[in-house]
Amino acid sequence: MKMTATQKILAAHCGKESVAAGDMIMADLDLVLANDITAPVAINEYRKAGCDNIFDCERVALVMDHFTPNKDIKAAEQCKMVREFAAEKDIPNFFDTGEVGVEHALLPERGMVTAGDLIIGADSHTCTYGALGAFSTGVGSTDMAVGMAYGKAWLRVPSAISFVLHGKPSKWVSGKDVILHIIGKIGVDGALYKSMEFSGDGVKNLSVDDRLCICNMAIEAGAKNGIFPVDEQTIDFLTVVGAKEPKAYYADEDDVYDDVMDIDLSQIKPCVAFPHLPENVKTFDEFGDIKIDQVVIGSCTNGRLSDFVQAAEILKGKKVAKGVRVLIIPATPKIYLDAMKLGLLEIFINAGCTVSAPTCGPCLGGHMGILAKGERCVATTNRNFVGRMGDPGSEVYLASPAVAAASALAGKIASPESMV
Amino acid sequence: MILKGTAIKYGDNVDTDVIIPARYLNTSDPKELAAHCMEDIDKDFAKKIKPGDIIVADNNFGCGSSREHAPIAIKYSGISCVVAKSFARIFYRNAINTGLPIIETDAVIENGDELEIDLSAGKITNLTKGVTDTFPPFPEFLQGIIDAGGLMNAMKTMP
Ligand code: SF4
Repeated sequence: MKMTATQKILAAHCGKESVAAGDMIMADLDLVLANDITAPVAINEYRKAGCDNIFDCERVALVMDHFTPNKDIKAAEQCKMVREFAAEKDIPNFFDTGEVGVEHALLPERGMVTAGDLIIGADSHTCTYGALGAFSTGVGSTDMAVGMAYGKAWLRVPSAISFVLHGKPSKWVSGKDVILHIIGKIGVDGALYKSMEFSGDGVKNLSVDDRLCICNMAIEAGAKNGIFPVDEQTIDFLTVVGAKEPKAYYADEDDVYDDVMDIDLSQIKPCVAFPHLPENVKTFDEFGDIKIDQVVIGSCTNGRLSDFVQAAEILKGKKVAKGVRVLIIPATPKIYLDAMKLGLLEIFINAGCTVSAPTCGPCLGGHMGILAKGERCVATTNRNFVGRMGDPGSEVYLASPAVAAASALAGKIASPESMV
Repeated sequence: MILKGTAIKYGDNVDTDVIIPARYLNTSDPKELAAHCMEDIDKDFAKKIKPGDIIVADNNFGCGSSREHAPIAIKYSGISCVVAKSFARIFYRNAINTGLPIIETDAVIENGDELEIDLSAGKITNLTKGVTDTFPPFPEFLQGIIDAGGLMNAMKTMP
């Protein structure tokens, strides 16, 4: 039976020759993840059910990245509970303070994810790892509790939409513009319950960072997962970070898909998702002046080194517009250090930006950079729902690091082309 | 099981950030979560609902984050069931795993309509409009989880 790449990974993890869309399976897990918000609920469920066993201590990751460094007493208590659990169960992959980074940047960087893996995480952006040829998907805390105890998860086998990428994106177009462009076309439920499988000769023109950003936002189209084919760039990345031996899976043929969309990367323009849905995507010829109060460059979507290299190219030797608060949040300690070594942090600070320790922080309206009523922010994050970054009357505009940096200089939403 | 209550109607894409805003996720206490349920789109939600009331929505209910706090907040606010044209997938599994009844149907329902839902027979009756619709049962596998009272319990008996 013909299968998609995703279906092949699922079949391999439930001991079946083949699976078909709609099948319910119990799959074996390679890695289970939770953060400081979802782990406490999972631990409660785990304890309530009288569980004691952890299926494999090495394959559980607990990342304290959301409300950390602890933003208040309750957040501190949540982290403490997870910290004690990790110690009790001898879970080595517990990441806190100096070691912590935003989970979906941290795990790939530490070599904890490889092609062909099946990963669940109690965080919706767990779908990020599809960039490396893994099946990964976001689940809830009860799934996480079951995953920790049994190393298993129930899954409904998804059908898929194929996105065939051609051509090369232009200078200021990044993975963020590609995924916003796609979500703008298919909508926030355009891939509901389905896989988004990417392929085509354009894949080689997207860096691993671009692919991580694209798969990160698959959930913003309602998808179960996003997945890229494994190529030389993937293998190089996995080798450098010291990941396990990769297993590459490829879809059988185009006719395994519900739908096929051709995307010409060379035609994509820098774009912005307007409040309050990631599907409200506009290019710069479609709107006028929109004044802003804040810019955030960071998150699991765009907090990687290449994102800061792009932003620094625009901000170098300049000053951010008066009255605009600009936050730079490297997603992991390593990215922070690399950005420092490259002199990027100096460029940002001289331009008038604030540089923060790795955290999710403002991305989910947690802390550090919360918006007041009526304020507008251009953010490289992935969600612009009502109240996502603060007051329900504030607004978040989603864009690439290049657009965010250009906007920081202009004091209004600006295209990178107009600022360099 | 038969559920009866008044419809509280919302539109498309009700996301988890409005169901329970992240600023309240520094707790996992169900009662505290319930106190802030839906407050960013419906300020008086917690005050106005009566036990048994039913949330009704259009497409993609529960889109956004994986926070299980969302179905928990809804359940502990006294809502007996969520009825929508479609659900976002993580919300869907979280509802099943935590035992919040959910139904996918295209039935026409307005705010304030009185509803009666027979979960096992797959019937939803709009008492105000006098119309009964059917909805497909859950796949057997999921019904097993529901019958066991949630995933943690179901796992104990699974092979
Ligand atoms: S950076 Fe934002 S989207 Fe990513 S894991 Fe943190 S809160 Fe979630």
